[in-house]
This record gives sequence, C-alpha cells and structure tokens, in this order.
Amino acid sequence: MLDRRKFVAASLSGAALASFVPAAAWGAADTEKRFVFLIQRGAADGLATLAPTGDPDFLRARGGMATEALAGNKLDSFFTLHANMPEAAKLFAQRQASFVHAVASGYRERSHFDGQNILESGGNRPYARKDGWMNRLLTLLPEGRTKAIAVAPSVPLALRGAVPVSSYEQSRLAAPKEDLMRRVEMLYAEDPQLATLWEDAIRTDMMAGKPKGPQRGGAAAGKMAAGLMRGGDGARVLMLESAGWDTHSAQRGRLGGRLKQLDAFIAALHTELGAHWKNTLLIVATEFGRTVAFNGTQGTDHGTASAAMMFGGGLNRPGKVRADWPGLAAPRLLDGRDLAPTARFEDMVAGALAHHYRLERARVRRTLFPDFT
Amino acid sequence: MSIDAATAMNRFGLGAGPTQAAPGNPRNWLLDQLQGHDANPKALSGQPSTEELALVYRSFQKQAKAFRMAKKNGTAGDQMEQAVQQKKLARKGLQHSYISAANARLASALVTPTPFAERLTHFWSNHFAVSVDKPLIITFAGNYEFAAIRPRIMGKFSDLLISAVTHPAMLIYLDQAQSIGPDSVIGSRINARRKRQFGLNENLAREIMELHTLGVRAGFDQSDVTELARALTGWTVAGLGRGAFSKKLAERAGYGSTLFVDGLHQPGARTIMGKRYVADGQAQARAILQDIAVHPATAKHIATKLARHFVADNPPPSLVAKLEKNFLRTSGDLPSLYRTLVEAPEAWPDKWDAATAKFKSPWDWLVSSLRALNVTEIPGKGNVVGSLRQLGQPMWRPESPAGFADTSQNWAGGAALLRRYEIGSRIARLTAGRIDARKLAPAILPGVVGPNTIESIARAANPVQGLSLLLLSPEFLRR
Repeated sequence: MLDRRKFVAASLSGAALASFVPAAAWGAADTEKRFVFLIQRGAADGLATLAPTGDPDFLRARGGMATEALAGNKLDSFFTLHANMPEAAKLFAQRQASFVHAVASGYRERSHFDGQNILESGGNRPYARKDGWMNRLLTLLPEGRTKAIAVAPSVPLALRGAVPVSSYEQSRLAAPKEDLMRRVEMLYAEDPQLATLWEDAIRTDMMAGKPKGPQRGGAAAGKMAAGLMRGGDGARVLMLESAGWDTHSAQRGRLGGRLKQLDAFIAALHTELGAHWKNTLLIVATEFGRTVAFNGTQGTDHGTASAAMMFGGGLNRPGKVRADWPGLAAPRLLDGRDLAPTARFEDMVAGALAHHYRLERARVRRTLFPDFT
Repeated sequence: MSIDAATAMNRFGLGAGPTQAAPGNPRNWLLDQLQGHDANPKALSGQPSTEELALVYRSFQKQAKAFRMAKKNGTAGDQMEQAVQQKKLARKGLQHSYISAANARLASALVTPTPFAERLTHFWSNHFAVSVDKPLIITFAGNYEFAAIRPRIMGKFSDLLISAVTHPAMLIYLDQAQSIGPDSVIGSRINARRKRQFGLNENLAREIMELHTLGVRAGFDQSDVTELARALTGWTVAGLGRGAFSKKLAERAGYGSTLFVDGLHQPGARTIMGKRYVADGQAQARAILQDIAVHPATAKHIATKLARHFVADNPPPSLVAKLEKNFLRTSGDLPSLYRTLVEAPEAWPDKWDAATAKFKSPWDWLVSSLRALNVTEIPGKGNVVGSLRQLGQPMWRPESPAGFADTSQNWAGGAALLRRYEIGSRIARLTAGRIDARKLAPAILPGVVGPNTIESIARAANPVQGLSLLLLSPEFLRR
C-alpha cells in the first residue's frame, strides 16, 4: 500500500490532476532566508517581561513584583529580562537577540480584538483591511517560491491576502487511506475553495512528518516550527499564535508559566534550525501592553505600550534593548495608567525585515504598512 | 425545487437525520419550537447542581493544598505518594464533571425535538462565553450553560444578560469574584492593614460593554468601563477564594453560590455614558445593566451577531435593520427577535450557493454528522471533548471571552478539513453499512446536494466510504 508521502508525489505527477499547481512551482525556495512571527494574543505585559529595573519609578509602581524582577536576567544597566527566560538572555549575550521597549502599533484603545486586528492587518483602523502585513511581505519575496504556513487550524489575518498560504496543525490521528483521499479530490472538483484547502492540507501534512515525542509546550512547538522550515521545499515564512497573556489576576504565576514556554520555544527553534539559524529572523510581539500599576486582584488590566523581541543569527544592531524610555512617573503615563509608546511596531517590523531580506526600507514600509504615514 | 426544508433543518436546526421527515412547512416548524423549548430536557436531568459542583472543586482545592504542604514539609515515601495520588484523583473529579457535562450537551443536541431552540442555546452560550482555560471553570462550564443560559433564551435579553454575568462561572472567569471596591467597608479595612492593595478589576465590566452588549467602539470610553466595574463590586462567589473571609461567606451562602456583599461594594453614585445612577447597593449594577441591555448600540450588535450566525458571514443590511428595529421596539424580547428572523425573506435563499452558505463550525459539523448517521456515540475510546479538540473547537474553551468566531474563514482551513476527514471516516465506520449514502444524501440535503457529490457517492467503493464522502461533501460541510 502506498503511504501518504508516496501517494501525493504520485498524484502530482499524474495527468489526471492537471488542475493542481504544477510541480515546478513547488521547487526549492529561492531564498534561504526564513522569517517567523509569533503573536502573543491577549496583551503580554512588557513591563514584567522586560523589566525597567533601572527606573526607580518602576520599583515604586510595582513594589514587591518589581523587587522580584531584579532576580531576572540582567541585560544592561536598565533592563532585566524575566527570570524564566534564561535561554533568550543567553542569545542576547551572544548578540543574537534584540529587544524593543515602549513599542506599540498605532492603536490607542484597549480592545484585544481591535488591537490584534491592527497588529495583524497593519492598517490604521480596526477591520479596515482584509489582508495582513505578512501576506504583503510575500509579494516582495520570490514569487511562488516562498512558501508561507500558519501554524493554526485556519490562516490568521496577518497572513491572509492575495498570495496563497497554508495552514498546518499536528494531528495525533492515524493517516487516512489514500484511496479515499483521491476520491475527496474528485468530490471537490467543482469547489475551488475546498479543492485548494484540501490539496494544501495533504501536502503540508506530508512535509511535517508524523510527530514523535511530546506535542505540547514551547519546546515541541519550536521543534515543529523548525521542521516545517527545514529542507528545500520547507516554509520560508511562518506564523505562530500563543494565547494566555491576558493576566487580569494572579499574574505572577500565569505570566511566569507563559514566559517559560516562550523561552523553551525560542531555544528549541534555535537548536533545531541549526545552520539555518543564521538566515532566520523571529519576531515576538503582542497587541498592546498592560497597566503600569497592579489592579486589585494581583493582575494588570489592558494598557498601551509593551515590549517586543527579535531573535536570529543576522540581526541589525543585536545585543541591545532599544528604547526611548518615556519614564513611569505618574505624569509620564498615558491616560495616567499606561506605559506611553515611544516606538512604532510598524517601524520596527519594516526595519528588521528590510535588513533581513536586504530590501529597501522605505519600500518594505510602504508595502507592508501602506496606511502608516 | 425549494430548498426551504434544507435551510430549516440544516441552517436553523442542527442537521437532518435518516429517520426525520423534512418539515412540510419549514417556517412553522421553526416557530413552533419557540414554544416547544425545554429548559430541562431528560438528557440534562442527571447533571449536578452548582452547589454540588462547588464541592467537587473544593475537594480538589483541599487535595492541592495538602500536596503543596507535603512538598513544603519535605514529606517523602508512602505519605508523599499518597498526597500525589489524592491530588490526581481530585483532578480527575474536575475533569469528570467537565466531560460528563459535555456528553450531556451532545446527547441533548442529538435527540432534541427542537433543534432550532437548541442551536439558540449554543449561540447564546458562545455569545456569553466562558472558558475552561481557568481550572475553576472546568467544573462550572456545563452548569453555566444549563442553568444560566438555557432557561433564559426565550425571555428578555436583559434577563439573559444578568443571569449570565452573575453566574459563578462568569464572575470567576472574568475576575469579578475578586474585584473589591477600594473604598468599600471591607476594601478600606484590608488596604489599611496590609501593604498589598486590593481593589478593582475591570475585566468583566469591559467585556460586558464590549462583547455582551454595546459592542466595541460603541460610544463608551475607559471611564464608563471603570464606573461599571465600580458598580459591579459586591458581586462575588462564596467560598472559592482563599482565606477566612471567603469561608465566612460560604457559611452564609453555601459554597460556590453567587452573592452580593454590601461590604465589598464601592460606595457612591456612578455615571455611565452620561447617565447618573444613585448609590443603591446591588440594584445599582442591575439598573445599569437594564439600560445597557436596551441601548441602540446593543440592538445593533445583537442583530448583527444573530444575522451572521443564521444567514451569512456578511449579513444583508436590510435583515440586520429589521432585527435591530424589532429589538428596540420590544426592548429586547428574544422570541420576537427569533420570529422576525424566521419571517424575514433574507433568511431563506432560493438556491444553495457555496459562496454564501455558512461553513459549519467543528461543533456544528460533528453534531450534524452524528445526527445524519443516527450515531449516538463518539467513535473509538474518544469522547466529545477529545473530538472537538482534534477538530479545532475545544468544548467551552474559546481562546478569549469573545467566544468562538462565527465566520467561514475561521473554520475553513486545510488542517481543519483534514481533521474532519479523519473523524468523519470513523463515524461512517460505526454505521457498519446500515445506511445507504445514495438515499441519505437527498433526504438530508433536499434540493441542495449537487450532481458532482451524488456521482462521487455513487462511485464509492463501499457503503462506509459513501457516507464518509457525504460528510466531507461541499454541501454537508456548509449549512
């Protein structure tokens, strides 16, 4: 009996499936460069992740929590990375990471859904754009040869748009029989939407291989992501989602757990990509930050500016925390409660991607964020 | 051929079955269900009460604490092993209540004589979403839907709103149970004594305005959110927190019940969207919620969501306008709203069109697959919780308080399709060839199933394969 890998290879060369994308378009990606975007859904607290321990007002505003932050990974005279992120700190010391603080998109309200919509669409108003900046990035890369995958049941907004992309999720179920698979293709002969999704799912599933070992947690996700980007026909642009950052109560334990998993993800991606790491850029960002002060339930509420992280072997200005620090004294806070943004997410992304792909910065900015002036 | 019967059974209902005759008058079939809705069907009758579930959680809390203490004291050997086992057992108790509730929900969906009303319960449960992401909700999620949502879907929207947001599951999920008026009797006493500041949590207040009622960008601002948060202080859940005070509350009201504690309530009048509400204890938040529930922005928000769920991802503006108008005229009378929906011509397409039909959510697809094949169990050793996790819509576990999204692009993904294919094949195998897919297809999709699907099914190698293909067909994946 044919296994799935062979089945798809066979069907792609078969004349019966002429409606499929020709195999040539599926050749080795032209670019060796890899880009991964991980979105932290739910507004991650940048002040706890990358603590401004050199700011006396931070200690005043957060009390015991701030004292605890001092026990983390000291990056420079001002910023300390959370204690649960030792691997990220190591990469920072090796000049393979750079962080940006007090960064935000142009969004100034406090709704997760609008905030994520802006972060992903790259637009300037919620729900104004139907496509995302990652998809528009694909238009700048070698056409048809830069495979993009979203690790999600369906494609999130950041990757949606004119350039076709796939979605992928690991399954623990047994592989279906190839005879029925072929019949399903026939079933979708007159339904372009389903035909495309189906073809794509089979191919991507095949590429990732069957999972072995633990499938949950940051390390497993990092390993799986690296697997999807390895090899000549692997993905070159990847998006992952991470939830659980909306820490309205008992923030200490919950955020600590999330950051530990994030650290494990980064470490696994780094290790598993091996020699490809030098060609890889990973950006980690969230829709907005959280209030400077703790609320009444040992958590924080929706805020404005947060911290973003970049990792990779060829970063521009690595080993630095970039921040035009606005200060945390009460009068410096936005609306009297939030870290005021002094850097734009859009600028950060455009700058990092222009450097990564050796493209003109203005062109990247214009293409990815056409509404951002 | 009119496709009204298919629309009624599959889009408004939960999917047709092999033994169900297509309704002769599809509109009346739906409208009759508004009276026929059963708040306590047999399938749910064995479900534990809120109080019983709170005890299950309390036992977990106790074992977890015993384990923590054992670890702290350096307990070893048999004693430590015992603590580990006890904690595991208690954790299983939580999981058991969750799976049992999920199975009951599925059982009810499979046998209900009023699938339209059943769908409405699911719709509202998702509108007022809680998530088992929080351990406490694992125990309460089912009870929340059965006790706070289901009995209220045929009344006023305001009653449904108040019922949902004051159930212990919601109070805990959106952190209201711990929110304290900073200047309340108890709040100021605690804050004077301790260094740690106790006080407001605005999570529930924000989501009530943004998700449950007015909708995002609907004319309220940060100060309105904070004011509502202040008004809501006092509402809490007895006995589930740590400390002596929580225990005292439990003695007064019973573990796990919602109560309003005057001593936690932020004193004073509140102003929300320009209207002043005098200090009035628990009646203050109720008065605010009553007003928000009938606000024009709420009418528009609810009308849009209902039309999106039942008609199209981008619902016709004329339909939304009709629903909005009815909502305002009746001050949110839900049966009138449902009637307006059923009677609107926009809700009844002349012919089936893949581009405008609703792509089924994993829950919809799973339930309709089981109904179509008259299967009452989840295949293999699995249960509905496991299957829905595989399909990408874990039961009562949306990633945010907005609930699961209700548009095609959220569910129509390659990976998701592969999961349906795998699980659909398993369900089909359970029928052991008792059902003929060639006869079933036109019976459950009257006027909808197209020649390509009919031919693909007819060419199937065996009866089970035919059914697998039917469940995966473009017509069956949509409603």
